[in-house]
Amino acid sequence: MALSEKDVQYVAKLARLEVTEQEVAKYTQQLGNILGYIEEMGKLDTANVEPLTHPLDMKNVFREDAVKPSLTQAEVLSNGPEVQSGHFKVPKIM
Amino acid sequence: MAFEDYEPIIGLEVHCELKTATKLFCGCPTTFGNEANTQVCPVCLGLPGTLPVMNGKAVEFAVKIGHALNCTIASYSKMDRKNYYYPDLPKAYQVSQYDKPLNYGGHLDIVTKEGTKRIGVTRAHLEEDAGKLVHAGGKSGRLDSSDYSLADYNRGGIPLVEIVSEPDIRSSEEAHAYLTALKSILLYIAVSDCNMEEGSLRCDANVSIRKKGTEKFGTRTEIKNMNSFKFVKQAIEYEIKRQAVVLDKGERVVQESRLWDVTENKTKSMRSKEEAHDYRYFPEPDLVPIILDPAYVQKLKVELPELPSAKRARFVTEFGLTPYDAGVLTSEQELGQWFEAGAKFTKNPKGFANWMMGDMAAQMKEQEKELTDLKFDQKKLAELVELVDAGTINSKQAKEVFLELFNEGASPVEVVKSKGMAQVSDPKAIEDAVDKVLAENPAVVADYKGGKQGVIGFLVGKVMQASQGKANPKMVNEMIKKKLDS
Amino acid sequence: MELYQKTIHDIAAHLKAKKLSSVELTKATLAHLKAVEPKVQSFITVTEETALAQAAEADKKIASGTNVTPLTGIPLGIKDLLCTKGVQTTCASKMLEGFKPPYNATVVERLNAAGAVMVGKTNMDEFAMGSSTETSYYKKTKNPWNLSCVPGGSSGGSASCVSADQAFGSLGSDTGGSIRQPASLCGIVGLKPTYGRVSRYGLIAFASSLDQIGPMTKDVEDCALMMNVISGHDEKDSTSADVAVPDYAVEMKKSIKGLKIGIPKEFFPKELNPEVSEAVKKAIEQLKSLGAEVHEISLPHSPYSLAAYYVLAPSEASSNLARYDGVRYGLRVSGENIVEMYSKTRAAGFGPEVKRRIMLGTYALSSGYYDAYYLKALKVRRLIKQDYDKAFEKVDVIVTPTVPNPAFKFGEKTDNPLTMYLEDIFTISINIAGVPALSLPCGISKTDLPIGLQIIGKPFDEAALLKTAYAYEQSTDWHKRKPSLKES
Repeated sequence: MALSEKDVQYVAKLARLEVTEQEVAKYTQQLGNILGYIEEMGKLDTANVEPLTHPLDMKNVFREDAVKPSLTQAEVLSNGPEVQSGHFKVPKIM
Repeated sequence: MAFEDYEPIIGLEVHCELKTATKLFCGCPTTFGNEANTQVCPVCLGLPGTLPVMNGKAVEFAVKIGHALNCTIASYSKMDRKNYYYPDLPKAYQVSQYDKPLNYGGHLDIVTKEGTKRIGVTRAHLEEDAGKLVHAGGKSGRLDSSDYSLADYNRGGIPLVEIVSEPDIRSSEEAHAYLTALKSILLYIAVSDCNMEEGSLRCDANVSIRKKGTEKFGTRTEIKNMNSFKFVKQAIEYEIKRQAVVLDKGERVVQESRLWDVTENKTKSMRSKEEAHDYRYFPEPDLVPIILDPAYVQKLKVELPELPSAKRARFVTEFGLTPYDAGVLTSEQELGQWFEAGAKFTKNPKGFANWMMGDMAAQMKEQEKELTDLKFDQKKLAELVELVDAGTINSKQAKEVFLELFNEGASPVEVVKSKGMAQVSDPKAIEDAVDKVLAENPAVVADYKGGKQGVIGFLVGKVMQASQGKANPKMVNEMIKKKLDS
Repeated sequence: MELYQKTIHDIAAHLKAKKLSSVELTKATLAHLKAVEPKVQSFITVTEETALAQAAEADKKIASGTNVTPLTGIPLGIKDLLCTKGVQTTCASKMLEGFKPPYNATVVERLNAAGAVMVGKTNMDEFAMGSSTETSYYKKTKNPWNLSCVPGGSSGGSASCVSADQAFGSLGSDTGGSIRQPASLCGIVGLKPTYGRVSRYGLIAFASSLDQIGPMTKDVEDCALMMNVISGHDEKDSTSADVAVPDYAVEMKKSIKGLKIGIPKEFFPKELNPEVSEAVKKAIEQLKSLGAEVHEISLPHSPYSLAAYYVLAPSEASSNLARYDGVRYGLRVSGENIVEMYSKTRAAGFGPEVKRRIMLGTYALSSGYYDAYYLKALKVRRLIKQDYDKAFEKVDVIVTPTVPNPAFKFGEKTDNPLTMYLEDIFTISINIAGVPALSLPCGISKTDLPIGLQIIGKPFDEAALLKTAYAYEQSTDWHKRKPSLKES
């Protein structure tokens, strides 16, 4: 599965990373190498192997439906790059 | 090609906010309507380093929904991350369920003019809600023309169950019936407030059309932003017509999301916002799988309250109500409970039901009273039913008594006694009254004997008048007939 | 010996005996910290005021004799990806410059409750992605043993500050070797606990199913003391295990007679650096002479662990780092619309290694590739774990070199990302399997650079690691050697 510059541009868009043309070229080469190495895994026969999502064999961790103190509005907004009337402000969405 | 040549295929996705005390993954409260960003903590704000911990009550409510919709409850279930960017999503991913939902393979029966129909429920899974955005600045403060948006995360993290129907719905009426039935069920099992204005119940519709008699599904569009059942019905109707026009022109329906515009009564394309989303689902590594004990799952099923459809069926068989009556009385859980408690005190539950659906409902609406505001209890209403059934008062009198009951909470038996309203059913007294009226109205009598049988109503009315409405109208009628026919 | 050169257990005795106060100790430590900091550059933020306030509190506890623990009054370093309330936490990234969390990580709360003193937040590779601390946005940390060499990564600052006696111990984090490799390169002890042993709440996530927090210390006893405080179930972390915490300081002193040690052949390739090979083999002989039994074992799928890791870790990271979008905290670069804002912010806020891994992870999870990459890696993960499970049926611990080479020079491995990734070849399978492992010094190279021994244990058997390490350490004097702080 060779990685193309188009793939890198698509992935950069999905990841919301603005990339220059030079970066696209560089990343295509570097990521291509890494993927080549990763494809070594293809040599292993894993047809009958169950995926392991958690190293721990745990299940059913639940908590009580009991209210705990929230942050104050000021604390919530304290690291906000731009805030207005108690909200986080963002530029236009459409 | 005409609109009638097409068959609509509709699937509904309903998001139901669970009325747990706290959010899905943290202890912030779920109350609606408070000042922005005051019900937020590091976890639901998605601050770096924070981790989710599952609310056990939300799982319980979700399983109850599964049972109520006849679903299979998964023996192994897990949460997954749905990755996308939007400013109402603090972690830039939503914790939801992808391939192992908690509930699947269920159904919901609806009743329309055509009869009963079964609508499949594909799945009902657990996920967290996003925050709320207010679009401001620009021309109209709407999404498509705003300069900026403001984000409030109070709602972010509230537990949702997403209920997805099979595309079994074939009309806007069926869609409306489905939503009404679903809402009733959710209210009965007390898992949600189901308030569309507050956003605790939301609906998106997937709509496509195909030529009648064909099998292949057409291209579907997703309609969003309908915040009442009425709008859902209107939007679906509009969209079906719109797609028919497109296909008739020989063009193709574009697969896209469309917004229902309430001011223009149209669906509008959201194309500029949409690109095909690659959600990159993968299992949520910060949470562990849900493998519920079958005994626990069964306990929740057994503990479910009687659902609307079962209650309706029981009202028909147990109390002899018509399906229509049963439907009205079970439309709200409290109403059905009030009726059932009252049915104990009467030999005539149908009559009791009629009072509830007729005069009582009318007065409650006019005076804006709830069941909890009533000044009387079921026993007193049962008295009234008994008085009419025994012939003690007639139906016209009964209406008067009912008003006293409703407005003052007075006992009907007492009212009748104190007002001396007891219907006159003494045959001798009735005969005397009839004789008098017949004697006073020879022309009418002559008309009757001449063949105009309809005038008997006038004569009955005269007797009722003379008796101040207390005469037993049935007996009067019979007596007059007896006298005139002889 | 200067005060600041002592171990935690030594200096704690001084404090307990009231030979000196924590404030005095902290002042002396801070003075030395600042004196060598221009050379070593271990810290992104030095928290002098906080430290002195905490020291004063500690002195009150010691004076009244209430709530005194082995860590009370002890100055420690905290890796800058652990949230510290009101104190800048950057993950060595421009993205979080100035970010002050409104809450403490659970491990920080536990250290505070134990009366410890925080002297500063240590430097690291950006968002914990790296093996040399060269990707830090703020500064390059130097290896105290040779200032022209890297300290390792990603917990480079946590390692160097302990090695250079700027703190008595520190907390690091380990996703693919980020505690053990820098510990090895800087000649100190570093332990990565079993996954779930230590709460991750407040650890700014890199790869959620691989990350663990662990102590970095001057000797094994100090490591045990820190493990006692930070370990244990946390209700705020759903992946935190509800398993009892033994007294590691007691366990550490138990005998290793009859202990079965496994030597995996895959970790001793022919091309292994001969100095490393020799030092490790000598250490194994030493363990034998202390009563342990040595068995050859195999971990046949370990050669695939790097490939699996470089799918799993970047995939989880691509999702964990998506939240850095300029909306609620961190850097914001303005844009005409939100998509532009997101893209410019993230382009400006992240360095190239972070971007590479985000893109790699995004690609591996994207539609059409999930099965071939992510799902495949999860299956390989099970095979790797099964290797360890099988091995531990035969042996109690496994011993290997920690890293293939001693510390390398700055810039030596930054041209090709793959050469940097290969540094982690011996440490990475441990994270994938979720088992615990420890590194401690077992030699010095001809160029005066430390060589590390890795001991791997069964899940929740940190006790076996500590007792094996302690027995070895006490029979040698590697832990007494100090770096020269010279450049060569």
